[in-house]
Amino acid sequence: MHPAFSIILFTTLSGLGYGLAAVLGLGLLDASTLSVKLAHLGALAMIAGGLLSSTLHLGNPQRAWRALSQWRSSWLSREGVMAIATFLPLMVSTWFAVVEGRYLPVVGLIGSVMCGITVYCTAMIYASLRSIQAWNTGLTPLCYLLFAAAGGLLLATVGAFVSGSGATVCAILALILVAVAWIAKHAWWNRLRTLVPLSTPESATGLGNIGHVRLFERPHINDNYLTREMGFKVARKHALKLSRLAILVGGVAPIVLLLMAIFAGGAAAVPAAVLAALCYALGLVVERWLFFAEARHAVMNYYGG
Amino acid sequence: MTSLPSLPTPKKLGLVIDLDVCVGCHACVISCKEWNTGGYGAALSDQDPYGAEVSGTFLNRIHTFEVVPEGGQVIGEAGEARIVHFPKSCLHCEDAPCVTVCPTGASYKRAEDGIVLVDESKCIGCGLCAWSCAYGAREMDLAAGVMKKCTLCVDRVYNETLKEIDRVPSCVRTCPANARHYGDLADPGSEVSRMVAERGGYDLMPEQGTRPTNKYLPPRPRKPLAASAGSAVLAENTDGAKGFFAWLDGMLDRI
Ligand code: SF4
Ligand code: SF4
Ligand code: SF4
Repeated sequence: MHPAFSIILFTTLSGLGYGLAAVLGLGLLDASTLSVKLAHLGALAMIAGGLLSSTLHLGNPQRAWRALSQWRSSWLSREGVMAIATFLPLMVSTWFAVVEGRYLPVVGLIGSVMCGITVYCTAMIYASLRSIQAWNTGLTPLCYLLFAAAGGLLLATVGAFVSGSGATVCAILALILVAVAWIAKHAWWNRLRTLVPLSTPESATGLGNIGHVRLFERPHINDNYLTREMGFKVARKHALKLSRLAILVGGVAPIVLLLMAIFAGGAAAVPAAVLAALCYALGLVVERWLFFAEARHAVMNYYGG
Repeated sequence: MTSLPSLPTPKKLGLVIDLDVCVGCHACVISCKEWNTGGYGAALSDQDPYGAEVSGTFLNRIHTFEVVPEGGQVIGEAGEARIVHFPKSCLHCEDAPCVTVCPTGASYKRAEDGIVLVDESKCIGCGLCAWSCAYGAREMDLAAGVMKKCTLCVDRVYNETLKEIDRVPSCVRTCPANARHYGDLADPGSEVSRMVAERGGYDLMPEQGTRPTNKYLPPRPRKPLAASAGSAVLAENTDGAKGFFAWLDGMLDRI
């Protein structure tokens, strides 16, 4: 699948935003501190930015409101509805944190749960497509949820180190979730790389009983919408290298930096935590790029790819 | 509404495509584009139409495959490789994932005859339905920003202003080899249903769980090359010639 920049940006940003908002909703941090107020605003900004960038790839964005209507059948519609509904508790929480410096447990917890549901809906858009076997697994939403949670905890850790309260707990939780998330992703990659293709040129043409089917001539010389959108191919060896790089930068580096922050404490902790969050975000972008680039669409059985 | 019709539709209008007959001329591709660019919904645009990077929206495309039997790489050993031209347009699936994924209700399946259509005034051009279709039957029109797909020529098949003979899809009407057939696959007595029963018509990628309405008729078993070799030898051998050819043979021998 073609790794469209707007979609990569959307899933990464909104994932981090929802993760951070969910962690804030749990009330682990002191809502009266400046850094937590900023974190609330930052989470909202990331979510809104992600949603806006996701409308960039639409052919007719002026009708985007229509996407809220088919929640009965469509995960994309469910995601849209949830994204908007989730704004309500998040706005209330943000208001109370920023203006009154207070944490509202009930609203906060509702917000956290709704953040989780929204991320789940995003992941299910991909996981529900049978035509893209790489995504068509329960591991896909699991990874999305874990990555969002780990990212949220990492960002919250930065805030906690800045404000100086609750930092150790946050950092340890972040450390555990970063590790668990990449372990889950590793399982996802293992599944992908040992996959027996569900559909083949033989099943796509129904000519398998005659023999081995090979594309002889494409319907057209140049690319079309389908080959541009779905014909993206990344060399296996590069994919393998990139996935290792993602684990290294997005998993190992943040864990090491978090450990440094926990043990060093004091002034050194803040830059270490910030660096950990940045590394993680970078690793996540690589992971998302691969999520698309490595996924083979069944239609490629008709295009010899 | 992008939920699928709850009952099986009373009619299942669709195509039956005969892979034994298709000669890969692409006439149906052109006639489909011609009819549909002026018909249902936005025109089918082309990008860079006169340049080197020409590409455009089509609702029907012909792929060509080479099928090689086991050991068929060596001529005469185990059958030979054969070429199969393969027309492909929307299969109007019964469990159409392209319908249920649509967030706007633009993509729908008609309850009365099972035709899968896009209401372009609702489509936001998100492209998710094209992702969900394993068959590559949907293409986004880059000029209009809406999803295009085979309409089964819904604006022909019910069109009483056309002569009765023309009330079939454009591709069916055009095919010079008669490789495309249109009809109601829910009616076991229809011509298309009988064809499917006789020739063993099959579904594409049944493992995708989409239950396509369109069916494909397999290429008939082919006479091996060796069996035709006799006639090739005849040109060198004039023993059996009669009448005019015997006279010609004799004359030519004498020259
Ligand atoms: S062939 Fe593709 S576009 Fe047509 S109904 Fe089936 S899934 Fe939908
Ligand atoms: S591209 Fe249009 S028809 Fe397809 S899923 Fe999106 S809104 Fe629906
Ligand atoms: S039925 Fe009509 S729209 Fe569909 S492929 Fe044939 S000509 Fe094109």
